[in-house]
Amino acid sequence: MTWFQNNTDKVLDLLLSHLWLSALPILIGFVIAVPIGWYANRHPRLRGVVLSVAGIFYTIPSLAFFLILPSIIGTGFLDPINVVIALTGYAVAIMVRSAADAFESVSPAVLDAATATGFASTGRAFTVELPLAGPVLLAGLRVVAVSTVSLVSVGALIGVNNLGSLFTEGYRTDNDAEILIGVIGIVLLALVFDGLLVLVGRVLMPWSFAQKQAGRT
Amino acid sequence: MIEYRSIGKTFADGTEAVGDFSLVLPSRTTTVFVGSSGCGKTTLLRMVNRMVEPTSGQVLIDDVDVATRNKVELRRSIGYVMQHAGLLPHRKVIDNVATVLRLNGVDRKEARDRSYAVLETVGLDSSLATKYPSQLSGGQQQRVGVARGLVSDPNILLMDEPFGAVDPIVREELQTELLRLQHDLDKTIVFVTHDIDEAFLLGDQVVILKQGGVVAQVGSPAEILASPADDFVRSFVGLDKGHRKLRVEERDGVRIVVDATGKATGVLDPS
Repeated sequence: MTWFQNNTDKVLDLLLSHLWLSALPILIGFVIAVPIGWYANRHPRLRGVVLSVAGIFYTIPSLAFFLILPSIIGTGFLDPINVVIALTGYAVAIMVRSAADAFESVSPAVLDAATATGFASTGRAFTVELPLAGPVLLAGLRVVAVSTVSLVSVGALIGVNNLGSLFTEGYRTDNDAEILIGVIGIVLLALVFDGLLVLVGRVLMPWSFAQKQAGRT
Repeated sequence: MIEYRSIGKTFADGTEAVGDFSLVLPSRTTTVFVGSSGCGKTTLLRMVNRMVEPTSGQVLIDDVDVATRNKVELRRSIGYVMQHAGLLPHRKVIDNVATVLRLNGVDRKEARDRSYAVLETVGLDSSLATKYPSQLSGGQQQRVGVARGLVSDPNILLMDEPFGAVDPIVREELQTELLRLQHDLDKTIVFVTHDIDEAFLLGDQVVILKQGGVVAQVGSPAEILASPADDFVRSFVGLDKGHRKLRVEERDGVRIVVDATGKATGVLDPS
């Protein structure tokens, strides 16, 4: 505890960088994965290929990926952008499957009804398909968020500072308190992200909540 | 007026849903397509708003081939009510009803006002307007479906087994309601059902279909009962089972109506 009181500024600094190192990949990954998932769901033959590629991509060890990436895209070795890009890749890999499942979960009868009432295809995609895929998309995004927050810490091994740096430094200096603070910080951050996502879901999809309640009675 | 001219439809997998079908559906009347599953009745209905494209022949609305019209605009000009209501689960009842108006560019305020009015027309309390479809009973959802079909005051209303998924008591209520609405609104209704009693109740013109869109008989309910075209029709409308063959017997000075099995079904009105 004393260690934390003496190093509050440092921990907060690391927390802040951890925050945006996770937030960016989660957001960018989501934005990239949703259209891919949508497209894959519409083309059954492509779906298998896309999901397999995403699955294989996710098996690449993150540390190796962080190390190879600079030579592929020509960024500096210690550049945080490497971590952001690599984690975006993982986020897309997980999210594409969720997105494809999310669009598959939308009732074909509702889509047919929407077309019959006169929705054009673009309007239908954005105002009917996307919101109805929302609950499953959100579930996937929650997994992505937690996994990303935890993966960011590996970035500390290649010198990109974040709460994971407390692990490497604590291990080197044999400081258990520092490691513990790192673990607590990461868990708290993951919980905050998760809580925020649930809250956003409640606000954006009140209908989904109403549906669950109706189902219970 | 809706006219089918030598319509044929073969689906991509080779099944022939409709062979060669021609019929005129007069304006401001209800035409019911009735038949068992696989008779092509829904396929025929969905050709009117181009949800299904015929492989041969034409469908005309007021002498204009629907194939020449923009699909999306065509659909917005025709009311469509389907089984299970087909409401958008993520929109409130009022917004579901207002959908077509909003798509047609009517401003939010006017769309809401008109939607509230039509909810009243179909007999729904305005307190339901801000609920989500999942919070309504099946019968209420179906009324919302009818309201959505009527809201833009279309000339044509397509109804695809709209009352098929609700219990018999609610179904009867909805049927009566539809008769009242049709009396007031005078739409050209195309109605699909597999229930011959529903067809006879609602239809001015009833089209009995066999497999592959083959017409067994077209006529008013009275015409079909008076002279069924063949054994298929006779059996389909139930003339072979006895409950449609009624006769009058006198009991204690009152003339009562009994069916072929001797079961009493009513009393003959002395007037």
